[in-house]
Amino acid sequence: MRGLALPRPGYAAVSRWFLGLGLAALLLADLHVTSLDPYADLMRLLGGLVRPDVLAVEGTSILYTVAFAVLGVGLGAGAGFLLAIPFARSRTVRIACAFLRAVHELFWALLLMQVFGLSATTGILAIALPYAGICAKVYAEIIEEADLAALRALPPGTGAVSAFAYARLPEVAEALRAYTLYRFECGMRSTLVLGFIGLPTMGFYLESAFRQGRYGEAGALLLAFYALIGTRRLWVRARTLPLLALGAVLALPATVGTTAIGANLARFLGHDIVPAPVRGASLLVPESWAALWAWLRPILWTQILPGAAQTLVLAQVALVATALGALVLFPLTARHFAGPLARPFGRLLLVTLRSTPEYMLAYVALQLLGPSMLPAILALSIHNAGIVGYLLGRHADALRYRPDAPRGLDLYAYETVPRLYGQFLAYLLYRWEIILRESAIFGILGVATLGFYVDAAIAELRLDVAAVLILATALLAIAVDTLSRALRRSLRIADLPVRLSAAPPATPAA
Amino acid sequence: MRAPVIRLADAAAAYDGRPVLRGIDLTIRAGERVALMGRSGAGKSTLIGLIHAEAAERVALVPQAAALVRTLSVFHNVYMGRLDRNRTAHNLRNLVWPARADLDAVQAVLARVGLADRLREKAGALSGGQQQRVSVARALYNGRPILLADEPVSALDRVQGGLVLAELARTHETLVMALHDVALALAHASRIVVIEAGRIVLDAPAAAVDAAGLRRYYRDEPAGADDPA
Repeated sequence: MRGLALPRPGYAAVSRWFLGLGLAALLLADLHVTSLDPYADLMRLLGGLVRPDVLAVEGTSILYTVAFAVLGVGLGAGAGFLLAIPFARSRTVRIACAFLRAVHELFWALLLMQVFGLSATTGILAIALPYAGICAKVYAEIIEEADLAALRALPPGTGAVSAFAYARLPEVAEALRAYTLYRFECGMRSTLVLGFIGLPTMGFYLESAFRQGRYGEAGALLLAFYALIGTRRLWVRARTLPLLALGAVLALPATVGTTAIGANLARFLGHDIVPAPVRGASLLVPESWAALWAWLRPILWTQILPGAAQTLVLAQVALVATALGALVLFPLTARHFAGPLARPFGRLLLVTLRSTPEYMLAYVALQLLGPSMLPAILALSIHNAGIVGYLLGRHADALRYRPDAPRGLDLYAYETVPRLYGQFLAYLLYRWEIILRESAIFGILGVATLGFYVDAAIAELRLDVAAVLILATALLAIAVDTLSRALRRSLRIADLPVRLSAAPPATPAA
Repeated sequence: MRAPVIRLADAAAAYDGRPVLRGIDLTIRAGERVALMGRSGAGKSTLIGLIHAEAAERVALVPQAAALVRTLSVFHNVYMGRLDRNRTAHNLRNLVWPARADLDAVQAVLARVGLADRLREKAGALSGGQQQRVSVARALYNGRPILLADEPVSALDRVQGGLVLAELARTHETLVMALHDVALALAHASRIVVIEAGRIVLDAPAAAVDAAGLRRYYRDEPAGADDPA
């Protein structure tokens, strides 16, 4: 026991705080609908899904999407595995990984573009860098959680590699495989989204189709993407991996833009991202520091602080909306609430919501509703409520009720939700940081979050400002992650599963 | 003789294709206090399940594990005994803002099992014996005439267990309970039914059975059947 014990917050107190902050944030958020007739646009959009224009789909975009995802996730997961080994021992590795994953893949892509142009290298590294940070952390957790009974039973003097291969790897191999496959699914979504900023993936064609109102083509692209995600278990297998990797390398697009990578990289690191007033100046003289502060102060006051405030507001509203959405949606997939006919549809709905990249949802919602925070809130909460709702549904199916348990809404309110509540909070607190990173990114679409200022700085070719803003975003994400972890520990829900790949007990996945 | 409330004729049950109960003929009349006895695995819980299925709408059940919702308060767990007889809107309101009348009623039931001061505590924070008494209180609050209990006092000492069984008998005219403790069964039941390997091997008035005779059915069991858990 610790000497100084602060009162532990309960589930109810934490929920009330988040709800209260969410409502306060809602008052600050700009929610105006400026579109003339969002309903008609929505109908045209859905019409595109019903009558997809398959022939208009650019086949190479599908190829590039898969190729970027295979190579990006492959590189990221490989590097992540190597980093996972020293992860527990080395603070440096942990901090480096925290930064790698705190910067969103779109920000990585915006930075990498300055060096590698609109090339395959940009696309692959933009996935691989953050994914290496995420995979290192999760792989390290998986290895740490593993049952080590067999390791202790090995004869003394067994070599480290043999011990790892015999007593550890077999224990964790399945979890690593499941997580990597899940990461690949995320990688597909990320690659698609990279198209929205110019890389030649499906997102590029989706964006132009949406912008020009070619909804048939957009519908066909989306359906193709869902098909890819839905069938991934069939074509991403241990045996097909070498083939996929080789095919991906052969299929990569030719570089667009510059080829003088060495010179570009030197200029980027040595000049572009160095704050303008101290370029070529010595950091040993006080004048440099004064100039640096004079440069930083307006950025801090007029960009970082307002951007961070808007990012937090958006993330808070979206988090609360996600929570409410998940509570409403999860019964659709749970045995005790949805009938045998309704449940498959509920599952399909939630899996579709989860497979739809939130950036694309936000883009579409912006087209429909006009520029405000509302489209961003809708996109984040729809996507995340789909994810959390689906997982809660599976946890609900794993519950064992007493024989005389009530039914319907009584069962929901008195048994199911109270028993799932710790798990529910664990998922939400875990997604908080993800929602925050995504909120910052939505600035690129025009909401005044941190990404808005990053995008503007890059457009003005002020890469030093962009770098500072991205750094601030990363620090904000790390701070929220730390707070979330502290809260989970304090609520004693830190050990509950939060990884989407870690299947809850009971029923197998749909 | 009073009317039968439960009637099983040549009933059987299987678990994963393996028969657990065979040829069960059991008639229970209103006012009887039946103790179901027998070694672990003899089929007592399965028989309780059959009885529950037979008369679910007349039964107040104390399930084997306390089956409480640990994140809710003791009040909410006991109140659950009557969820089906209150309007859903009222139930939802009670979840957030319990009604005075319901609080008082639940408090009165909790007093009968010695937990009156635990009304607002989280169920998960209670000890095993206290949780078991909350589970009993939920069945008492449920109030249906046949009380069906699967080892309702296994986590209590014999004195406390006796008090709880006496409370059950006070308000429920018909009791059917699986018990492990021979002395408690003889003191509180009017009829003893012993199950062995899925069949009823003894069915007699408690007055006609003595403790030594009952203990014979437990003789191979490693843990003494008479030890209050």
